[in-house]
Amino acid sequence: MADTFKNDAFVAFEHVQKSYDGVTLVVKDLNLAIAKGEFLTMLGPSGSGKTTCLMMLAGFETATSGEIKLDGRPINQVPPHKRGIGMVFQNYALFPHMTVGENLSFPLEVRGMSKSDRETKVKHALDMVQMYSFINRRPAQLSGGQQQRIALARALVFDPSLVLMDEPLGALDKQLREHMQFEIKHLHERLGITVVYVTHDQGEALTMSDRVAVFNDGRIQQLAPPADLYERPENSFVAQFIGENNKLLGTIEGLNGDKALVRLATGELIDATAVNAKEKGGKTLVSIRPERVEFKPEMMPPGAHMIDAEVQEIIYMGDILRVVLRVAGSDGFVMKMRNTLGQTRLSQGQKIKVGWHPQDARALDPM
Amino acid sequence: MTEAATELLTTADGRPLKEALATAQSRAKRRAFLLVLPLLVFVLLTFLVPIGYMLKRSVEHDGFSRSSPTLTQWFKENPEFDHMNPPEQAYAALVTDLAEMQATKNTGMAGTRINYTVPGSISLFKKGAREAAAMQPPFKGAMLALDPAWGAPELWYAMESASSELTTDFYKVAADRKLTETGWERGDDKQRIYLYLFFKTFVVSAIITVICLLLAFPVAHLLAILPMAKSSLLMILVLLPFWTSLLVRTTAWIALLQEQGIVNDALVGLGILADDNRLTMMYNMTGTIVAMTHVLLPFMILPLYSVMKVIPPSYARAARSLGATSWTTFRRVYLPQTLPGIAAGSLLVFILAVGYYITPALVGGADGQLISNLISFHMTKSNWSMAAALAAMLLAAILALYWIYDQLIGVDRLKLG
Repeated sequence: MADTFKNDAFVAFEHVQKSYDGVTLVVKDLNLAIAKGEFLTMLGPSGSGKTTCLMMLAGFETATSGEIKLDGRPINQVPPHKRGIGMVFQNYALFPHMTVGENLSFPLEVRGMSKSDRETKVKHALDMVQMYSFINRRPAQLSGGQQQRIALARALVFDPSLVLMDEPLGALDKQLREHMQFEIKHLHERLGITVVYVTHDQGEALTMSDRVAVFNDGRIQQLAPPADLYERPENSFVAQFIGENNKLLGTIEGLNGDKALVRLATGELIDATAVNAKEKGGKTLVSIRPERVEFKPEMMPPGAHMIDAEVQEIIYMGDILRVVLRVAGSDGFVMKMRNTLGQTRLSQGQKIKVGWHPQDARALDPM
Repeated sequence: MTEAATELLTTADGRPLKEALATAQSRAKRRAFLLVLPLLVFVLLTFLVPIGYMLKRSVEHDGFSRSSPTLTQWFKENPEFDHMNPPEQAYAALVTDLAEMQATKNTGMAGTRINYTVPGSISLFKKGAREAAAMQPPFKGAMLALDPAWGAPELWYAMESASSELTTDFYKVAADRKLTETGWERGDDKQRIYLYLFFKTFVVSAIITVICLLLAFPVAHLLAILPMAKSSLLMILVLLPFWTSLLVRTTAWIALLQEQGIVNDALVGLGILADDNRLTMMYNMTGTIVAMTHVLLPFMILPLYSVMKVIPPSYARAARSLGATSWTTFRRVYLPQTLPGIAAGSLLVFILAVGYYITPALVGGADGQLISNLISFHMTKSNWSMAAALAAMLLAAILALYWIYDQLIGVDRLKLG
């Protein structure tokens, strides 16, 4: 499947490696195919190589080996200004000595467009982000959110088919950030452009993307749509990095197809789905999302194992109750309870039994 | 809202808000003032007072008026006398004063003052003073018999002008005017040294500023983009000249550029120049420009660097991603943002160059002298008023340039560091 995808890929990284010092690799054998019109997010902690990948695509860094293709054409030797890729920078990079209008006009001027065409285009782009009335302002006279819109408009004004965004919402406050996420998403849908978006904010990645590439240690750990990423993480890093996660260390006692029986350090048996723990007797890290943990036996599938737990703390959060448990000898196991009318109220120190659907517990690599 | 603004706001205990604020801040303000007071006094004593004194010296000289009270009185009573043919009373007053000067040994002082505007007057005065006591009326004939120069109209113009303590004579001389039979006139073109030297000083300073800018721009850029360890090393190299004595640096240039110097030797050795055709790069304008560019270069690099340092590299990247070539990026995005640094560096270098003295004095020879060397010349000759007048003109020219600069670029856009 990967190969057929690669053939009609709009952007393709093929065995790309990058080293800055000739000693260590920042990007290790990257293979990535991005379809036309896709919104792909590169997500990862700082130093994971995601920004380097974006810079290589934009042309500000050169790949040490491997090939990057844009629309089927190798672009390793193409200078940045000939790639025709729109880019939104983290600090917006609006030219401080030019007005908003001049900033937007700049990419059109260097393309030799006539004045009247430029004016039409600039107006169109500013209307798109509802900022036309700010055309004569200077960037310094705008708020962060307004600068962000202008940066977006400038990256789109010359109709690039590919737009790169390097943590564009990093400097905004939470509310504005969420608002801009939807706005960018809508622009993407309306214009049908391909977007490669870099962020370290997993919430941003999940809400906006068609697919997310989780980067760590110079490699893509998992490339999947947001739901898959959250619900079916392929390794412990992804499970840990995306969303809240409970982890239990154990040994694989039995394997039946993709069903695994795991014996925990304290001797209890639990059910799990084998993901990348294929070997009987091997160590594994079982990952369970807090909202998938149950304590009522009637919610469990027949024959599912349940284990003892002690309530350590109950945190009232309004819509949910966060119950911190001691499970299998380790503290900090979290269970989320919906705050409904008939919900059982637990109390501190109470002894209960918890369990989960085996599909929700994923036996992963021990890291 | 307007209602609230017009209403006088008061504090909780009923005092007017403005008054309460002033009281609350007065202690802090007083402390701040006391902290800057030493500097204020220092600046006042070492900067404003000397400049004020210099400006005073340029318009004031009592060398003649003090030693010639009789003639001074006569000039005051006869403002409309005929300079071509002064009357007997004038000569009588002159002889009285000359005799008095001889007695109080003030001849030199008076003669020097007149000498500033009419060269050769010192000896004339000394000779006149020696004979004055024994002279009999009619004095006019006696004086003219002693030396016909006593009848020269320019001498009488000079004495009339010098009889007042306050004078613009020095400015007139500094503006290349000279006394003739009919009063102050524009001097011969060949003798117009001062204005020519002013002009030359400004042109040379402008050339040095431009060379400094061209040399400093890439260096400052390199400093701004290199990693910390390397840029620190480069910064030390830039600052190294500051830690070396100016004399040593200038002497080093002499060793390099003189006719038997290293550069010429190398060129001859490489066969580029014939041995009898060595370049003259020292003791002329070339030497002045080369050595001064070297001395002033750090003053251009540092302001440029401080501006370039804070220009994020993402601007250039943004421009490139928007389709601009590297040249367009430089011209349209990078260069405009370095303007405050260019402006600050250029102003600094230009003003320093205009007033520079040591380097042209050492390496300039006859051709490479600037106005400050002439000011220094007058100071060594104890012609303080002339030196002050030239310095004041230089100051005025710089202030004028500063004003033009402010109109064109705006001083608030300066960034010195």
